[in-house]
Amino acid sequence: MNDRKLTAILISPRDNVATVTKDTLPGETVTYLRNGKTETIVSAGVPKYHKIALCEISKGADIYKYGEIMGRAAQDIPAGAHVHCHNVTSGVKE
Amino acid sequence: MKFYGFRRPDGTVGIRNHVLIMATVGCAAETADLVAKNLYGAVSFINQNGCGESEKNLQRTRDVLIGMAANPNVYGVICIGLGCEINRMDEFIPMLRVRTGKPVEQLLIQEEGGTINAAAKATKMAQRMIIEASRCRREECDLSELILGIECGGSDATSGLASNPVMGLVSDAVVAAGGTAMFSETVEMIGAEHLLAKRAATPEVAEKILERVRFREAEQAAVGDDVRKTQPSPGNRDGGITTLEEKSLGCIHKGGHTPVMEMLDCAAPPTKKGLVLMDTPCYDMLSVTAKAAAGCQLIVFTTGRGNAIGNAVTPVFKVTANSDTAKKLEDNTDLDMSPVLTDGVSLETMADETLKDLAEVLSGRLTKAEVLKFGYSEACISRICDYC
Repeated sequence: MNDRKLTAILISPRDNVATVTKDTLPGETVTYLRNGKTETIVSAGVPKYHKIALCEISKGADIYKYGEIMGRAAQDIPAGAHVHCHNVTSGVKE
Repeated sequence: MKFYGFRRPDGTVGIRNHVLIMATVGCAAETADLVAKNLYGAVSFINQNGCGESEKNLQRTRDVLIGMAANPNVYGVICIGLGCEINRMDEFIPMLRVRTGKPVEQLLIQEEGGTINAAAKATKMAQRMIIEASRCRREECDLSELILGIECGGSDATSGLASNPVMGLVSDAVVAAGGTAMFSETVEMIGAEHLLAKRAATPEVAEKILERVRFREAEQAAVGDDVRKTQPSPGNRDGGITTLEEKSLGCIHKGGHTPVMEMLDCAAPPTKKGLVLMDTPCYDMLSVTAKAAAGCQLIVFTTGRGNAIGNAVTPVFKVTANSDTAKKLEDNTDLDMSPVLTDGVSLETMADETLKDLAEVLSGRLTKAEVLKFGYSEACISRICDYC
Protein backbone atom coordinates (compact mmCIF):
# COMPACT_ATOMS: atom_id res chain seq x y z
CA MET A 1 0.00 0.00 0.00
CA ASN A 2 1.22 3.48 -0.70
CA ASP A 3 0.22 6.77 0.90
CA ARG A 4 -2.31 7.81 -1.70
CA LYS A 5 -5.80 8.04 -0.24
CA LEU A 6 -8.20 5.43 -1.52
CA THR A 7 -11.14 6.93 -3.42
CA ALA A 8 -12.99 3.78 -4.48
CA ILE A 9 -13.94 0.41 -3.03
CA LEU A 10 -13.54 -2.83 -4.94
CA ILE A 11 -15.52 -5.51 -3.11
CA SER A 12 -14.33 -8.69 -4.82
CA PRO A 13 -11.14 -9.10 -6.89
CA ARG A 14 -13.39 -10.63 -9.55
CA ASP A 15 -15.40 -7.39 -9.96
CA ASN A 16 -15.09 -5.22 -13.06
CA VAL A 17 -16.62 -2.17 -11.33
CA ALA A 18 -15.69 -0.31 -8.14
CA THR A 19 -17.71 2.20 -6.06
CA VAL A 20 -16.20 5.67 -5.78
CA THR A 21 -16.37 7.24 -2.31
CA LYS A 22 -16.23 10.87 -3.52
CA ASP A 23 -17.44 12.81 -6.52
CA THR A 24 -14.81 12.33 -9.22
CA LEU A 25 -14.21 14.73 -12.12
CA PRO A 26 -13.25 13.74 -15.68
CA GLY A 27 -9.51 13.07 -15.74
CA GLU A 28 -9.28 12.49 -11.99
CA THR A 29 -7.31 9.44 -10.89
CA VAL A 30 -9.27 7.01 -8.73
CA THR A 31 -7.36 4.73 -6.35
CA TYR A 32 -8.57 1.41 -4.95
CA LEU A 33 -7.23 -1.85 -3.56
CA ARG A 34 -7.25 -5.21 -5.34
CA ASN A 35 -5.89 -8.13 -3.29
CA GLY A 36 -4.18 -5.60 -0.97
CA LYS A 37 -2.39 -3.82 -3.81
CA THR A 38 -3.17 -0.28 -4.95
CA GLU A 39 -4.52 0.13 -8.46
CA THR A 40 -5.64 3.27 -10.27
CA ILE A 41 -8.03 4.19 -13.05
CA VAL A 42 -8.76 7.55 -14.67
CA SER A 43 -12.38 8.59 -14.12
CA ALA A 44 -14.59 9.89 -16.91
CA GLY A 45 -16.60 11.64 -14.18
CA VAL A 46 -18.47 9.46 -11.65
CA PRO A 47 -20.64 10.77 -8.79
CA LYS A 48 -20.06 9.76 -5.16
CA TYR A 49 -21.14 6.15 -4.35
CA HIS A 50 -21.69 5.33 -8.03
CA LYS A 51 -19.77 2.71 -10.02
CA ILE A 52 -16.73 3.14 -12.23
CA ALA A 53 -15.70 0.64 -14.93
CA LEU A 54 -12.26 -0.78 -14.11
CA CYS A 55 -11.69 -2.12 -17.63
CA GLU A 56 -13.39 -2.00 -21.00
CA ILE A 57 -16.68 -3.93 -20.79
CA SER A 58 -18.13 -5.02 -24.14
CA LYS A 59 -21.82 -4.81 -24.94
CA GLY A 60 -23.61 -7.91 -23.57
CA ALA A 61 -20.84 -8.76 -21.06
CA ASP A 62 -21.67 -9.38 -17.43
CA ILE A 63 -21.07 -6.67 -14.83
CA TYR A 64 -19.60 -8.09 -11.60
CA LYS A 65 -19.99 -6.51 -8.14
CA TYR A 66 -19.77 -8.40 -4.82
CA GLY A 67 -18.16 -11.13 -6.98
CA GLU A 68 -21.59 -11.77 -8.50
CA ILE A 69 -23.39 -10.78 -11.71
CA MET A 70 -25.36 -7.56 -11.15
CA GLY A 71 -26.41 -6.87 -14.75
CA ARG A 72 -25.05 -6.75 -18.26
CA ALA A 73 -23.59 -4.01 -20.42
CA ALA A 74 -26.21 -2.47 -22.74
CA GLN A 75 -23.44 -0.87 -24.81
CA ASP A 76 -19.64 -0.95 -24.96
CA ILE A 77 -18.43 0.67 -21.73
CA PRO A 78 -14.93 2.23 -21.79
CA ALA A 79 -12.61 1.86 -18.77
CA GLY A 80 -13.16 4.70 -16.31
CA ALA A 81 -16.78 5.31 -17.40
CA HIS A 82 -19.73 5.82 -15.09
CA VAL A 83 -21.59 2.47 -14.97
CA HIS A 84 -25.29 3.00 -14.30
CA CYS A 85 -28.82 2.75 -15.72
CA HIS A 86 -27.82 4.40 -19.04
CA ASN A 87 -25.40 1.62 -19.99
CA VAL A 88 -26.46 -1.42 -17.93
CA THR A 89 -29.57 -3.64 -18.08
CA SER A 90 -30.92 -6.01 -15.47
CA GLY A 91 -30.52 -9.71 -16.13
CA VAL A 92 -33.73 -10.46 -14.21
CA LYS A 93 -36.08 -12.07 -16.69
CA GLU A 94 -39.12 -10.22 -17.98
CA MET B 1 -24.44 -10.08 26.05
CA LYS B 2 -27.24 -9.50 28.55
CA PHE B 3 -30.08 -7.03 28.50
CA TYR B 4 -32.98 -6.14 30.77
CA GLY B 5 -36.45 -7.01 29.51
CA PHE B 6 -39.95 -7.83 30.69
CA ARG B 7 -40.46 -11.56 31.14
CA ARG B 8 -44.00 -12.47 30.02
CA PRO B 9 -46.12 -15.30 31.46
CA ASP B 10 -45.70 -17.30 28.20
CA GLY B 11 -41.90 -17.21 28.58
CA THR B 12 -41.23 -14.59 25.90
CA VAL B 13 -39.33 -11.39 26.67
CA GLY B 14 -40.52 -7.89 25.85
CA ILE B 15 -38.27 -4.85 25.59
CA ARG B 16 -41.18 -2.40 25.93
CA ASN B 17 -44.30 -2.63 28.08
CA HIS B 18 -47.13 -1.19 25.97
CA VAL B 19 -50.86 -1.51 26.31
CA LEU B 20 -52.12 -1.83 22.73
CA ILE B 21 -55.43 -0.24 21.76
CA MET B 22 -56.22 -2.19 18.59
CA ALA B 23 -58.93 -1.60 16.02
CA THR B 24 -60.06 -4.98 14.72
CA VAL B 25 -61.65 -3.25 11.71
CA GLY B 26 -60.85 -0.03 9.85
CA CYS B 27 -64.12 1.56 11.05
CA ALA B 28 -62.78 1.51 14.64
CA ALA B 29 -59.31 2.92 13.91
CA GLU B 30 -60.11 6.56 14.76
CA THR B 31 -61.84 5.49 17.97
CA ALA B 32 -58.81 3.41 18.95
CA ASP B 33 -56.55 6.38 18.26
CA LEU B 34 -58.80 8.63 20.36
CA VAL B 35 -58.21 6.30 23.31
CA ALA B 36 -54.50 5.66 22.79
CA LYS B 37 -53.34 9.21 22.16
CA ASN B 38 -54.66 10.42 25.50
CA LEU B 39 -53.03 7.75 27.65
CA TYR B 40 -49.45 7.44 28.86
CA GLY B 41 -48.30 3.89 28.14
CA ALA B 42 -50.81 3.15 25.36
CA VAL B 43 -50.05 2.65 21.67
CA SER B 44 -52.22 2.07 18.63
CA PHE B 45 -51.72 1.60 14.92
CA ILE B 46 -53.89 2.25 11.93
CA ASN B 47 -55.76 -0.75 10.60
CA GLN B 48 -57.74 -0.09 7.44
CA ASN B 49 -58.87 -3.68 7.01
CA GLY B 50 -61.09 -6.27 8.67
CA CYS B 51 -64.15 -5.85 6.46
CA GLY B 52 -65.00 -5.85 2.76
CA GLU B 53 -62.13 -8.16 2.00
CA SER B 54 -61.74 -11.63 0.50
CA GLU B 55 -61.23 -14.64 2.72
CA LYS B 56 -57.48 -14.79 2.02
CA ASN B 57 -57.02 -11.08 2.65
CA LEU B 58 -59.04 -11.39 5.87
CA GLN B 59 -56.64 -14.12 6.96
CA ARG B 60 -53.66 -11.81 6.37
CA THR B 61 -55.36 -9.06 8.33
CA ARG B 62 -55.99 -11.46 11.21
CA ASP B 63 -52.42 -12.83 11.08
CA VAL B 64 -51.03 -9.30 11.45
CA LEU B 65 -53.50 -8.12 14.11
CA ILE B 66 -53.03 -11.27 16.21
CA GLY B 67 -49.27 -11.03 15.77
CA MET B 68 -49.14 -7.38 16.85
CA ALA B 69 -51.22 -8.22 19.93
CA ALA B 70 -49.04 -11.25 20.73
CA ASN B 71 -45.76 -9.33 20.35
CA PRO B 72 -43.90 -9.60 23.69
CA ASN B 73 -43.49 -5.79 23.79
CA VAL B 74 -47.25 -5.65 24.46
CA TYR B 75 -48.47 -6.25 28.03
CA GLY B 76 -52.16 -6.37 27.17
CA VAL B 77 -54.65 -5.42 24.47
CA ILE B 78 -57.96 -3.56 24.24
CA CYS B 79 -59.70 -4.69 21.02
CA ILE B 80 -62.19 -2.22 19.57
CA GLY B 81 -64.52 -3.31 16.75
CA LEU B 82 -67.56 -1.79 15.09
CA GLY B 83 -70.06 -4.67 15.31
CA CYS B 84 -71.10 -5.63 11.78
CA GLU B 85 -67.69 -6.35 10.22
CA ILE B 86 -66.42 -9.55 8.57
CA ASN B 87 -63.68 -9.81 11.20
CA ARG B 88 -66.28 -10.69 13.87
CA MET B 89 -65.06 -10.06 17.39
CA ASP B 90 -66.52 -13.36 18.65
CA GLU B 91 -64.42 -15.23 16.07
CA PHE B 92 -61.34 -13.04 16.37
CA ILE B 93 -60.88 -13.20 20.15
CA PRO B 94 -60.67 -17.05 20.29
CA MET B 95 -58.08 -16.93 17.47
CA LEU B 96 -56.08 -14.35 19.44
CA ARG B 97 -56.38 -16.54 22.54
CA VAL B 98 -54.71 -19.45 20.73
CA ARG B 99 -51.58 -17.27 20.33
CA THR B 100 -51.47 -15.45 23.64
CA GLY B 101 -52.79 -15.64 27.19
CA LYS B 102 -52.05 -11.98 27.98
CA PRO B 103 -54.78 -9.62 29.27
CA VAL B 104 -57.32 -8.86 26.52
CA GLU B 105 -60.46 -6.71 26.69
CA GLN B 106 -62.99 -6.18 23.89
CA LEU B 107 -65.84 -3.89 22.95
CA LEU B 108 -67.92 -2.89 19.93
CA ILE B 109 -68.84 0.69 18.98
CA GLN B 110 -72.37 -0.32 17.91
CA GLU B 111 -73.04 -2.06 21.25
CA GLU B 112 -71.62 0.78 23.34
CA GLY B 113 -73.74 3.40 21.55
CA GLY B 114 -71.21 5.35 19.52
CA THR B 115 -67.61 6.42 19.53
CA ILE B 116 -67.72 8.61 22.64
CA ASN B 117 -69.27 5.91 24.84
CA ALA B 118 -66.97 3.25 23.38
CA ALA B 119 -63.91 5.46 23.83
CA ALA B 120 -64.88 6.27 27.43
CA LYS B 121 -65.29 2.58 28.30
CA ALA B 122 -62.07 1.62 26.50
CA THR B 123 -60.21 4.45 28.23
CA LYS B 124 -61.26 3.17 31.65
CA MET B 125 -60.28 -0.41 30.70
CA ALA B 126 -56.95 0.81 29.37
CA GLN B 127 -56.18 2.96 32.41
CA ARG B 128 -56.59 -0.06 34.69
CA MET B 129 -54.48 -2.22 32.37
CA ILE B 130 -51.70 0.38 32.08
CA ILE B 131 -51.41 0.59 35.88
CA GLU B 132 -51.18 -3.22 36.05
CA ALA B 133 -48.55 -3.15 33.29
CA SER B 134 -46.51 -0.58 35.20
CA ARG B 135 -46.00 -3.13 37.99
CA CYS B 136 -43.83 -5.26 35.66
CA ARG B 137 -40.09 -5.00 36.33
CA ARG B 138 -37.22 -5.51 33.91
CA GLU B 139 -35.16 -8.65 34.55
CA GLU B 140 -31.85 -9.85 33.19
CA CYS B 141 -32.42 -11.59 29.85
CA ASP B 142 -30.21 -13.28 27.32
CA LEU B 143 -29.72 -12.67 23.59
CA SER B 144 -31.07 -16.19 23.04
CA GLU B 145 -34.49 -14.71 23.90
CA LEU B 146 -34.28 -12.08 21.16
CA ILE B 147 -35.83 -12.08 17.71
CA LEU B 148 -33.98 -9.26 15.96
CA GLY B 149 -35.55 -7.98 12.75
CA ILE B 150 -33.25 -6.43 10.16
CA GLU B 151 -34.83 -4.20 7.55
CA CYS B 152 -33.29 -2.08 4.83
CA GLY B 153 -34.92 0.85 3.12
CA GLY B 154 -33.98 3.93 1.15
CA SER B 155 -30.87 1.96 0.21
CA ASP B 156 -27.95 3.42 -1.65
CA ALA B 157 -24.51 2.05 -2.48
CA THR B 158 -23.37 2.54 1.13
CA SER B 159 -26.00 0.02 2.31
CA GLY B 160 -24.39 -2.89 0.49
CA LEU B 161 -20.85 -1.70 1.26
CA ALA B 162 -21.15 -1.01 4.98
CA SER B 163 -24.43 -0.90 6.93
CA ASN B 164 -25.76 -4.25 5.66
CA PRO B 165 -22.42 -6.08 6.12
CA VAL B 166 -22.15 -4.61 9.67
CA MET B 167 -25.66 -5.87 10.42
CA GLY B 168 -24.64 -9.23 8.95
CA LEU B 169 -21.98 -9.48 11.67
CA VAL B 170 -24.54 -8.41 14.30
CA SER B 171 -26.90 -11.09 12.96
CA ASP B 172 -24.08 -13.67 13.25
CA ALA B 173 -23.48 -12.59 16.88
CA VAL B 174 -27.18 -12.91 17.78
CA VAL B 175 -27.32 -16.36 16.16
CA ALA B 176 -24.09 -17.44 17.89
CA ALA B 177 -25.67 -16.43 21.23
CA GLY B 178 -28.63 -18.73 20.51
CA GLY B 179 -31.01 -15.99 19.37
CA THR B 180 -32.92 -15.37 16.17
CA ALA B 181 -32.23 -12.88 13.39
CA MET B 182 -34.83 -12.26 10.71
CA PHE B 183 -34.85 -10.49 7.41
CA SER B 184 -37.57 -10.36 4.77
CA GLU B 185 -38.37 -8.38 1.60
CA THR B 186 -38.45 -11.26 -0.91
CA VAL B 187 -38.47 -8.90 -3.90
CA GLU B 188 -35.02 -7.76 -2.74
CA MET B 189 -33.80 -11.34 -2.92
CA ILE B 190 -34.43 -11.48 -6.70
CA GLY B 191 -31.07 -11.94 -8.39
CA ALA B 192 -29.43 -13.16 -5.16
CA GLU B 193 -31.77 -16.06 -4.35
CA HIS B 194 -29.20 -18.64 -5.50
CA LEU B 195 -26.83 -17.46 -2.75
CA LEU B 196 -29.53 -17.70 -0.06
CA ALA B 197 -30.72 -21.11 -1.31
CA LYS B 198 -27.12 -22.39 -1.04
CA ARG B 199 -27.15 -21.39 2.64
CA ALA B 200 -30.47 -23.12 3.40
CA ALA B 201 -30.34 -25.61 6.27
CA THR B 202 -32.38 -28.18 4.31
CA PRO B 203 -33.33 -28.78 0.65
CA GLU B 204 -36.96 -27.95 1.59
CA VAL B 205 -35.94 -24.50 2.87
CA ALA B 206 -33.88 -23.93 -0.29
CA GLU B 207 -36.86 -24.84 -2.49
CA LYS B 208 -39.19 -22.57 -0.53
CA ILE B 209 -36.80 -19.63 -0.96
CA LEU B 210 -36.64 -20.19 -4.71
CA GLU B 211 -40.40 -20.81 -4.97
CA ARG B 212 -41.26 -17.59 -3.07
CA VAL B 213 -38.91 -15.55 -5.26
CA ARG B 214 -40.52 -16.99 -8.40
CA PHE B 215 -43.95 -16.29 -6.91
CA ARG B 216 -43.12 -12.62 -6.18
CA GLU B 217 -42.00 -12.07 -9.79
CA ALA B 218 -45.03 -13.92 -11.18
CA GLU B 219 -47.42 -12.05 -8.87
CA GLN B 220 -46.44 -8.74 -10.47
CA ALA B 221 -46.40 -10.19 -13.98
CA ALA B 222 -49.93 -11.59 -13.49
CA VAL B 223 -51.35 -8.06 -13.29
CA GLY B 224 -49.17 -6.84 -16.15
CA ASP B 225 -46.53 -5.18 -13.97
CA ASP B 226 -42.78 -5.63 -14.16
CA VAL B 227 -41.01 -5.59 -10.83
CA ARG B 228 -37.95 -4.02 -12.50
CA LYS B 229 -39.95 -0.86 -13.25
CA THR B 230 -40.40 -0.10 -9.55
CA GLN B 231 -37.15 -1.66 -8.33
CA PRO B 232 -34.64 -0.18 -7.77
CA SER B 233 -36.62 2.87 -6.61
CA PRO B 234 -35.74 6.34 -7.95
CA GLY B 235 -33.86 7.09 -4.71
CA ASN B 236 -31.91 3.84 -4.93
CA ARG B 237 -30.85 4.83 -8.46
CA ASP B 238 -29.84 8.34 -7.43
CA GLY B 239 -27.79 6.67 -4.71
CA GLY B 240 -25.83 4.57 -7.20
CA ILE B 241 -27.83 1.31 -7.36
CA THR B 242 -28.36 0.35 -11.00
CA THR B 243 -30.25 -2.96 -11.14
CA LEU B 244 -32.56 -5.04 -8.96
CA GLU B 245 -29.96 -7.79 -8.66
CA GLU B 246 -27.34 -5.28 -7.50
CA LYS B 247 -29.78 -4.08 -4.84
CA SER B 248 -30.50 -7.69 -3.81
CA LEU B 249 -26.81 -8.61 -3.60
CA GLY B 250 -26.31 -5.68 -1.23
CA CYS B 251 -29.48 -6.43 0.75
CA ILE B 252 -28.73 -10.04 1.63
CA HIS B 253 -25.52 -9.02 3.44
CA LYS B 254 -27.68 -8.04 6.40
CA GLY B 255 -28.34 -11.75 7.01
CA GLY B 256 -24.71 -12.51 7.79
CA HIS B 257 -23.14 -15.87 7.14
CA THR B 258 -25.11 -18.51 9.08
CA PRO B 259 -27.46 -21.14 7.60
CA VAL B 260 -31.00 -20.09 6.69
CA MET B 261 -33.17 -22.12 9.06
CA GLU B 262 -36.59 -21.39 7.55
CA MET B 263 -38.53 -19.25 5.08
CA LEU B 264 -41.63 -18.03 6.94
CA ASP B 265 -44.94 -16.88 5.51
CA CYS B 266 -45.76 -13.19 6.01
CA ALA B 267 -46.25 -12.34 9.73
CA ALA B 268 -45.70 -15.96 10.87
CA PRO B 269 -43.70 -16.37 14.10
CA PRO B 270 -40.39 -18.26 13.73
CA THR B 271 -40.40 -21.90 14.77
CA LYS B 272 -36.60 -22.11 14.76
CA LYS B 273 -33.69 -20.19 16.26
CA GLY B 274 -30.90 -18.89 14.07
CA LEU B 275 -31.24 -16.90 10.84
CA VAL B 276 -34.77 -16.98 9.44
CA LEU B 277 -36.28 -15.32 6.38
CA MET B 278 -39.84 -14.11 5.95
CA ASP B 279 -41.69 -13.76 2.66
CA THR B 280 -42.84 -10.14 2.31
CA PRO B 281 -42.76 -7.42 -0.32
CA CYS B 282 -40.04 -4.82 0.16
CA TYR B 283 -42.37 -1.92 0.98
CA ASP B 284 -40.75 -0.99 4.32
CA MET B 285 -43.95 -0.04 6.10
CA LEU B 286 -45.42 -3.45 5.32
CA SER B 287 -42.27 -5.43 5.97
CA VAL B 288 -41.66 -3.72 9.34
CA THR B 289 -45.29 -4.37 10.34
CA ALA B 290 -44.96 -8.04 9.35
CA LYS B 291 -41.76 -8.40 11.41
CA ALA B 292 -43.43 -6.85 14.45
CA ALA B 293 -46.37 -9.23 13.95
CA ALA B 294 -43.95 -12.17 13.74
CA GLY B 295 -42.69 -11.28 17.23
CA CYS B 296 -39.52 -9.26 16.60
CA GLN B 297 -38.88 -7.22 19.74
CA LEU B 298 -36.46 -4.86 17.96
CA ILE B 299 -35.89 -3.93 14.34
CA VAL B 300 -32.67 -2.43 13.03
CA PHE B 301 -33.31 -0.46 9.86
CA THR B 302 -30.34 0.19 7.58
CA THR B 303 -30.68 3.09 5.18
CA GLY B 304 -28.60 5.07 2.74
CA ARG B 305 -30.89 7.90 1.69
CA GLY B 306 -32.43 8.17 5.16
CA ASN B 307 -35.76 7.09 6.56
CA ALA B 308 -38.25 8.31 9.17
CA ILE B 309 -40.60 5.44 10.03
CA GLY B 310 -41.23 3.77 13.37
CA ASN B 311 -43.64 1.12 14.56
CA ALA B 312 -46.26 1.14 17.31
CA VAL B 313 -45.11 -2.01 19.13
CA THR B 314 -41.53 -2.66 17.99
CA PRO B 315 -38.82 0.01 18.22
CA VAL B 316 -37.11 0.73 14.90
CA PHE B 317 -33.40 1.60 15.32
CA LYS B 318 -32.04 3.45 12.26
CA VAL B 319 -28.49 3.15 11.04
CA THR B 320 -26.73 4.57 8.00
CA ALA B 321 -23.24 4.46 6.56
CA ASN B 322 -23.86 7.50 4.36
CA SER B 323 -22.08 10.38 6.12
CA ASP B 324 -24.22 13.02 4.38
CA THR B 325 -27.45 11.29 5.50
CA ALA B 326 -26.16 10.82 9.05
CA LYS B 327 -25.73 14.61 9.26
CA LYS B 328 -28.82 15.70 7.30
CA LEU B 329 -31.20 13.23 8.96
CA GLU B 330 -29.59 13.29 12.39
CA ASP B 331 -33.02 13.42 14.06
CA ASN B 332 -34.04 10.18 12.33
CA THR B 333 -30.72 8.32 12.66
CA ASP B 334 -29.79 6.34 15.78
CA LEU B 335 -26.30 5.23 14.75
CA ASP B 336 -23.85 6.67 12.24
CA MET B 337 -21.89 3.84 10.63
CA SER B 338 -20.18 6.09 8.06
CA PRO B 339 -16.73 5.84 9.75
CA VAL B 340 -16.54 2.43 8.03
CA LEU B 341 -16.32 4.22 4.69
CA THR B 342 -14.72 7.53 5.67
CA ASP B 343 -12.22 6.61 8.43
CA GLY B 344 -11.37 2.99 7.73
CA VAL B 345 -13.14 1.67 10.86
CA SER B 346 -13.48 -2.09 10.39
CA LEU B 347 -16.84 -3.81 9.95
CA GLU B 348 -16.06 -5.86 13.10
CA THR B 349 -15.41 -2.75 15.24
CA MET B 350 -18.63 -1.13 14.01
CA ALA B 351 -20.58 -4.36 14.70
CA ASP B 352 -19.27 -4.34 18.31
CA GLU B 353 -20.33 -0.71 18.69
CA THR B 354 -23.76 -1.55 17.26
CA LEU B 355 -24.23 -4.45 19.71
CA LYS B 356 -23.42 -2.13 22.63
CA ASP B 357 -26.05 0.36 21.43
CA LEU B 358 -28.59 -2.42 20.87
CA ALA B 359 -28.06 -3.74 24.42
CA GLU B 360 -29.05 -0.28 25.66
CA VAL B 361 -32.11 -0.08 23.41
CA LEU B 362 -33.18 -3.58 24.44
CA SER B 363 -32.95 -2.41 28.05
CA GLY B 364 -35.06 0.71 27.58
CA ARG B 365 -33.05 3.42 25.77
CA LEU B 366 -35.47 5.05 23.33
CA THR B 367 -34.98 5.23 19.58
CA LYS B 368 -35.36 8.55 17.75
CA ALA B 369 -38.65 7.37 16.18
CA GLU B 370 -40.06 6.43 19.61
CA VAL B 371 -39.32 9.88 21.03
CA LEU B 372 -41.13 11.36 18.02
CA LYS B 373 -44.07 9.09 18.97
CA PHE B 374 -44.02 7.59 15.48
CA GLY B 375 -45.90 4.42 14.64
CA TYR B 376 -49.67 4.99 14.63
CA SER B 377 -50.04 5.54 10.89
CA GLU B 378 -46.99 3.44 10.04
CA ALA B 379 -48.69 0.08 9.75
CA CYS B 380 -49.43 -1.65 6.48
CA ILE B 381 -50.97 -5.08 6.06
CA SER B 382 -49.93 -7.41 3.25
CA ARG B 383 -52.51 -8.16 0.53
CA ILE B 384 -53.16 -10.99 -1.89
CA CYS B 385 -51.53 -9.59 -5.05
CA ASP B 386 -49.23 -7.54 -3.00
CA TYR B 387 -47.23 -4.37 -2.75
CA CYS B 388 -43.81 -4.73 -4.33
